[in-house]
Amino acid sequence: MSRPSVYLDHAATTPLSPVALEAMTEELAQVGNASSLHASGRRARRVVEESRERIAAALGCRPSEVVLTSGGTEADNLALKGGHAARRSADPSRRRLLVSSVEHHAVLDPAEHLAATGEADLGLLPVDHDGRLDLEALRAELGRGGVSLLSLMWANNEVGTLQPVAEAAALCAEHGVPVHSDAVQALSTQPVDFAASGLDALTVSAHKVGGPIGVGALVARRDLALTPLVHGGGQERDVRSGTLPTPLVAAFAAALEQAVAERETTAARLLGLSTRLVAGLRAAVPDAVLNGPALSATPDAAGRLPGIVHVSFPGCQGDSLLMLLDAAGVECSTGSACSAGVPQPSHVLLAMGRDEAEAKSSLRFSLGRGTTEADVDAAVDAIGPAVERARLASGRGTLRRGAPAQGSTQGSIQDPADRPSDRRAG
Amino acid sequence: MRVLAAMSGGVDSAVAAARAAEAGHDVTGIHLALSRNPASYRSGARGCCTIEDSNDARRAADVIGIPFYVWDLSEEFHAEVVEDFMDSYAAGLTPNPCLRCNEKIKFAAVLDRALALGFDAVATGHYAVLTENPAGLVEMHRSVDAGKDQSYVLGVLDQSQLRHSLFPLGDTPKSQVRAEAAARGLLVADKPDSHDICFVADGDNAGWLREKLGDRAPNDGGAIVDDATGEELGRHEGTYAYTIGQRKGLRIGRPAPDGKPRYVLDIEPVSGTVRVGPREGLAVDGLEADRPRWCDVPLAPTPAGPAVLEGEDVTVQLRAHGAEHRARVVVSGDPAAPTDEHRVDVELLEHASGIAPGQAVVVYAGSRVVGSATITATRRVATRERAGAPA
Repeated sequence: MSRPSVYLDHAATTPLSPVALEAMTEELAQVGNASSLHASGRRARRVVEESRERIAAALGCRPSEVVLTSGGTEADNLALKGGHAARRSADPSRRRLLVSSVEHHAVLDPAEHLAATGEADLGLLPVDHDGRLDLEALRAELGRGGVSLLSLMWANNEVGTLQPVAEAAALCAEHGVPVHSDAVQALSTQPVDFAASGLDALTVSAHKVGGPIGVGALVARRDLALTPLVHGGGQERDVRSGTLPTPLVAAFAAALEQAVAERETTAARLLGLSTRLVAGLRAAVPDAVLNGPALSATPDAAGRLPGIVHVSFPGCQGDSLLMLLDAAGVECSTGSACSAGVPQPSHVLLAMGRDEAEAKSSLRFSLGRGTTEADVDAAVDAIGPAVERARLASGRGTLRRGAPAQGSTQGSIQDPADRPSDRRAG
Repeated sequence: MRVLAAMSGGVDSAVAAARAAEAGHDVTGIHLALSRNPASYRSGARGCCTIEDSNDARRAADVIGIPFYVWDLSEEFHAEVVEDFMDSYAAGLTPNPCLRCNEKIKFAAVLDRALALGFDAVATGHYAVLTENPAGLVEMHRSVDAGKDQSYVLGVLDQSQLRHSLFPLGDTPKSQVRAEAAARGLLVADKPDSHDICFVADGDNAGWLREKLGDRAPNDGGAIVDDATGEELGRHEGTYAYTIGQRKGLRIGRPAPDGKPRYVLDIEPVSGTVRVGPREGLAVDGLEADRPRWCDVPLAPTPAGPAVLEGEDVTVQLRAHGAEHRARVVVSGDPAAPTDEHRVDVELLEHASGIAPGQAVVVYAGSRVVGSATITATRRVATRERAGAPA
């Protein structure tokens, strides 16, 4: 069996798009440090700056606002740590750092680090049952004063809920509080326009939109002060140092440009596929629960990403389901963060008011530009038997160790009772 | 068949998984996360529960070419093993958490989940041999490497568990397993063997118990008395710091009149009294045990009377890597009751020394493991001689 996997984990990373692959391989064959003054350096610099312009055009910002980084995590760290430090040094009374309780760990962990080291007082903002920020809670927090900045993701990476970024930015503007948003999950289906958003900083990442892993950017207004985290050659506005990876930057620009150009078609197609997936999952597992806002008829009205389907399967453990689906060739995620591979209940689901058992019974299917109806149908076909087994596995004490398994003794280990594993080839 | 290989991150379980895969089974590797907070467990290469061990297991699975997952068994492990460990010490007993883990976690919680998920067996890197006898029962025997034999810690497994177990290393000496790991390109080939108790991070049992148990009775202190005279020799802060047979750290100010070292002979759980005396006082010629577990054919009383197991090749082992003692084993109780409610009485034809209630007695007929039981009381030779009882 060498059937290719059905890949439904685009929120983790996306396949490299052919245009990105072409741009990257072309640059990989070239020599040149974009900071060098000679002809090879100038050539590399030109590629970087042209890419930066294309990235800026795709995001509705100025090229000078694009600070290239190693990816979304670094961009988030720069916004949180660099932004908070700069705000505090300008006005020491601004100690309060606000983040939503459903942020990605790349935002939550720097925020918690700042709190743990005494540099910030952390305010975790609550969300509603669908995972959407409580704007009244934000308003109340802003009213207390002393806020350094707000970080609010554009779209949640686990359940796909869109956040009221524009409303939050308008509220913060009344208090002179800058706003950062991690938009890595939103780029390929949502209209992300930096200038129109009212944001002061925006995190983007290449590998969520068909680009390569290892490059991203923090889009930051020129008047947003940022204390550097990585010191060195000062390549990026003196805010971020490190030789710019020309091949990755070129591929990032190519992928982002394509993703943004195809955004509306992608969103409509993914909504159709997600609707099919949810209907199929519900038919196979009638008590399955879709988390986050309901799917609507059009992408614009949804309040959610069209490509993320996060479902709880009552009575199952998500990691049992993941393993069974993986064995059936369907790749998805439990959607929860893993520290050392130890499954923890998702902080997002807990913040949405679910209990630990509900949080651990969930799977995230994330669809992308290459996903087909056949992929969706394969997932639907696999889920029923997987849920049946996973329920048996979590029913503690109800299972009887049954009849003797043939060849279960050491003496017979040399007699394969089943066909050889073909997974070892992959 | 579909095999779930439990991979600790050590060399034995890695080679066991590789052998199962090579034999043609459809193998999936898992690492058991036994703590929600793995950093709090042992660091470095000595234990089996750290992030590093999990990564080692993952790398081994990569090299073997099998899927790999981490299973969170932290709740079950805490409830069944850690709490039992604490309760036992609080009751003045000396438990063996590795047996408990095999009985309740690896070959119960993990096995049951594996069977439900469609696996046929669980494979581990334990050194023991499984064979099928003519009656169709799975027998467990000592491994060929007497120095590594782990049948003692598996003596708690019954037929329903052994039927779904694979021990691919039982026929191989440890040195060969290390060489095989190196030949297979498994980076854990040189990793040291694990020792001690995995959930006690620094190996300091007494310190761990002091922190966890606090002054939970009877560990709020007690007297250290001379076993022969009853004279109080000192005070202690908790019985958990003492094990029968222990010589060091008794904190007795004065030497014994005869100048010889003194040992812990007995721990009285209710009063918290620790009795000490000379080495000869440790000798035990009999013991009682409960909660028997039989590996293949249960040794159970009949309406005609107790079951007796005796003979030249009948032995018992009383601790991991301990000596074999020739013995006569009598099982009594209500023939209609479940076998784990029967009582076991062991007459030690070869005396043992330093045996503590809470430890397991594992019964062997030759190399075959008959079963096990938990020691509840010992018969010390010295006590009975003093009382004038027949030896």
